[in-house]
Amino acid sequence: MAALNVELVSAERQVWAGGASQLRVRTTEGDIGVLPGHEPFLAVLVDGEVRIEATEGESLTATIGGGFLSVDHDRAVVVAEDVDVQGAAGSASR
Amino acid sequence: MAGQQRVYKQRIGSTKSMQQIFRAMELIATSRIAKARAAVTASTPYARAITRAVSAVATYSDADHALTTERAEVRRSAVLVVTSDRGMAGAYSASVLREAERLVARLREEGREPVLYVVGRKGIAYYRFRRRDVAQEWSGFSESPSFDDAREIGEALVEQFVRSSSPEDGGEPGVDEIHVVSTSFISMVTQEPQVNRLLPLEVVEGVEPPSADELLPLYDFEPSPEDVLDALLPRYITSRVHNALLQAAASEHAARQRAMKTAGDNAEDLVKMYTRLANQARQAEITQEITEIVGGADALAASSPS
Repeated sequence: MAALNVELVSAERQVWAGGASQLRVRTTEGDIGVLPGHEPFLAVLVDGEVRIEATEGESLTATIGGGFLSVDHDRAVVVAEDVDVQGAAGSASR
Repeated sequence: MAGQQRVYKQRIGSTKSMQQIFRAMELIATSRIAKARAAVTASTPYARAITRAVSAVATYSDADHALTTERAEVRRSAVLVVTSDRGMAGAYSASVLREAERLVARLREEGREPVLYVVGRKGIAYYRFRRRDVAQEWSGFSESPSFDDAREIGEALVEQFVRSSSPEDGGEPGVDEIHVVSTSFISMVTQEPQVNRLLPLEVVEGVEPPSADELLPLYDFEPSPEDVLDALLPRYITSRVHNALLQAAASEHAARQRAMKTAGDNAEDLVKMYTRLANQARQAEITQEITEIVGGADALAASSPS
C-alpha cells in the first residue's frame, strides 16, 4: 500500500516529515483519520492532538494550537503555529 | 613642533580603537547573518505550505472572499515599511525609505491616500522628523524578528483591511490594499529594496490555473471553503510578513557587515596616512634641531677670536 507523505510544519521550522500509514487530527467538525489515497482535502484544525503513525520508526503525537491540514495526492501537510511534540521524536526536535 | 607629532599620535590612537570597534561589529554581523539566513530557511516550509493551500482554495473553489477580491474603488492604501532599529548599516534603511517614498508618491498620483505602518526605529525617526503621520509603528526586533512580532503586525493589517475604507460604514476608515516595502535578501552581496502587494491577494504559486474544460479535482473543504479561507488568510498574511521581516533582518546584517568592513578599511588607510605624517613631522623636527645646533656652533666658531 502506498504510504502517506506527511509533513508537520510549525511557523518557525519543519517539525517532522516522512512516510506514514495513518494520520489523525482534530478539525473544527471533529476528529478525522487520513489514510493513503484520501481525496484532496483542506480543513481547519482546532487545538488538539495530531497523531502520525509512521511507517518507519516511532509514531509521533504532537499537541498543536490551531492550524490547518491539506491533503493532495497522498501528500498531507499539517500546518500549525504552535507545535509541542511528545515522545522520543520530541526530545530530538525541541 | 613637538605638538604636531603629539596630535598625529593621538589621531592614530583614536583611529585604531575605532578600527577595533568596526572589526568587532563586522564579526558580530557576520556571525548573525548565518543565523538570520537559517531562520529564513526554517520558515520556508510553513510559508510554502500556506501558499500552496491558499492557492488551492483560490483555484479549486469558487469562494468569493473579501480578502481575495479587488475593491472597486481604492481610497486608502496601507504601506508597511520595514527598516532597521540601528544604524551603522550603510544605506540599508535609506534605500528602503527611498523606495517607500517613491511608492507613496505613486499612490498619491493615483488618487489613493497612503497610510504608513513602520517597523524599525530608523524609519520611525525618519517620519517623525518630517512630521508625517504614521498609523502604527513597531520597533525593537528588527535584528531577530520572532513569529509573534509578525503576528502582531499581520493582525493589525488584516483588521484594517477587513474594515474597508467606504465612508458609509461609519467610524474609522480602514484600508483597501496593503503594500510592503522591505529588503529582500538575494545573496550575501546583493540585497534589494522591494515593493510587494500583500492584499488583495495575487498568489497562485505552484498551482496551475485550470483551463475551462478541465474538471477540477474534487477538493473537500471542512467546514466550508469560506471558513477555510477565513482561517487561512490571516495566517498567510502573517507568514508573508514574517518572511519579509526575516529577509530584512538577514539583509540588515549583511549591509552592516559590508559597511563595517569598509569603515575598517578606511580606518586602516587613515592610520597609515597619519603614521606617514607623524614620521615626517619627526624628521622635520630632527632636521631643524641639527640645523639649529650647526648654526649655533658656526656662530660660536665665527665669534671666537682665535
